Amino acid sequence: MQAQFIVFFKALLGSCKDLLPIILVIAFFQILILQQPLPNLSDVFIGLMLVVLGLTFFIYGLEMGLFPIGESMAQAFARKGSIWWLLTFAFCLGFGTTVAEPSLIAVAKEAAVVAANGGIIENNEQVKESYGDGLRLTVAFSVGFAIVIGVLRIIKGWPIHYLIMGGYAMVVLMTALAPKWIIGIAYDSGGVTTSTITVPLVTALGVGLASSIKGRNPMIDGFGLIAFASLTPMIFVMAYGMAIGG
Amino acid sequence: MNLLLEFFATLKATVTDVLPIISILLVFQLVVIRKPIPKVKQVGFGFLYVLIGLALFLLGLEKALFPLGKMMAQQLTDPSFILSEQSTSAAINWTDYTWVYIFAAAIGFSTTIAEPSLIAVALKAEEVSGGAIHANNLRISVAIGVAIGISVGSFRIVAGHPIHYYIIAGYVVVVIQTMFCPKLIVPLAYDSGGVTTSTVTVPLVAALGLGLASTIEGRSPLIDGFGLIAFASLFPIIAVMAYAQITQTKTEHRKYKKR
Repeated sequence: MQAQFIVFFKALLGSCKDLLPIILVIAFFQILILQQPLPNLSDVFIGLMLVVLGLTFFIYGLEMGLFPIGESMAQAFARKGSIWWLLTFAFCLGFGTTVAEPSLIAVAKEAAVVAANGGIIENNEQVKESYGDGLRLTVAFSVGFAIVIGVLRIIKGWPIHYLIMGGYAMVVLMTALAPKWIIGIAYDSGGVTTSTITVPLVTALGVGLASSIKGRNPMIDGFGLIAFASLTPMIFVMAYGMAIGG
Repeated sequence: MNLLLEFFATLKATVTDVLPIISILLVFQLVVIRKPIPKVKQVGFGFLYVLIGLALFLLGLEKALFPLGKMMAQQLTDPSFILSEQSTSAAINWTDYTWVYIFAAAIGFSTTIAEPSLIAVALKAEEVSGGAIHANNLRISVAIGVAIGISVGSFRIVAGHPIHYYIIAGYVVVVIQTMFCPKLIVPLAYDSGGVTTSTVTVPLVAALGLGLASTIEGRSPLIDGFGLIAFASLFPIIAVMAYAQITQTKTEHRKYKKR
């Protein structure tokens, strides 16, 4: 019991260290540059305590739950030997975790406002909503597609850099073709898709697969799934912009 | 008491976000794999901890960091703050924004260090590489990448350059680095671009971009406000590969010296 307590305490201390830079930055700019007092210190203090506790719990749960389940499922699929089920799982995981992602919902909403103000779509609620939903589905589909391609790469052992460079070439090509107003949103959509729960799961899936397939190196083949998931949305969203017109 | 209510509200929202993931995992485990989950009790508790942890984390961010950070982003980009330092010039010059670039770099670095998904990937990378990659070094490299990225991105908003020139130039650098970098790090470096921008970084960076774009004449917050996140996911790739190259050069140098 006492040993466990010490482990927990050490983890708490680690989280404090992770948070220290933010505290320093905010204090420095607030006090020295903006020369303003910190408002309601007690609230800030309670909030920081919660963040430290939360981070500690999260990392605990990560090693107990998220990593093991990701790896055990990857191994089970590898043993089962059915590529189709594995790819279906990969697609569902990518699509399902993205479609309900709160930051994506927020970006899609903002993007709809941009499009309406720019006269790309009609400025009424219904049109804006269907445009936002379309954008969200496009991104979710592209992430599902990305995980499928990424898993296929692990199985086949394709080198990652050709695929990524091909993706970059597609992004450049699409940038030349797509309407200007979609570009900023498309570029950002690559970054918002990968949430705090998805990342550990997908990483564990990749590493688990690479270590249970003969001849694959978990370091070289296991990582890279997230890279695909942040590249394909850019291409697909620009395609969506072209389809909408403008 | 109020805090407890807020906590349950956040917990409920977190559970709703995670529910689709858990149901996908369960359906595939029960219907396709058809085997009991190994160490089911431990995994269940793990998920519970993750949920509680995320809820506490988000609530704390909402209470302490986001309001302050967003307010500071607004104040630093406010023309009255910018012009009080350089009151002689009537038009806004990009050099007047030095504090904004410094703030962008500092906030990019510090939020990335606290980013939970980056911690997850760094832990996994250290485990898989057998300790050859240090989790903390990896996180610091990524954070430096984000810092430079957001700083350059802020400069782009102030200067009003089109975003794709920067991103395409970044791609060219990544491609060149890929050719010379140790092969082991390449996939991890590509991944680190995607993991940097989540819970902590995105809201603060978005506030900075929005603040900048809405206070500078000729910039539209809705068009120019976007794009900072793209910078924050491109530059870490470059930074992580640079870190690998520096480490490799150092070890080679050491070997050479020993001989």
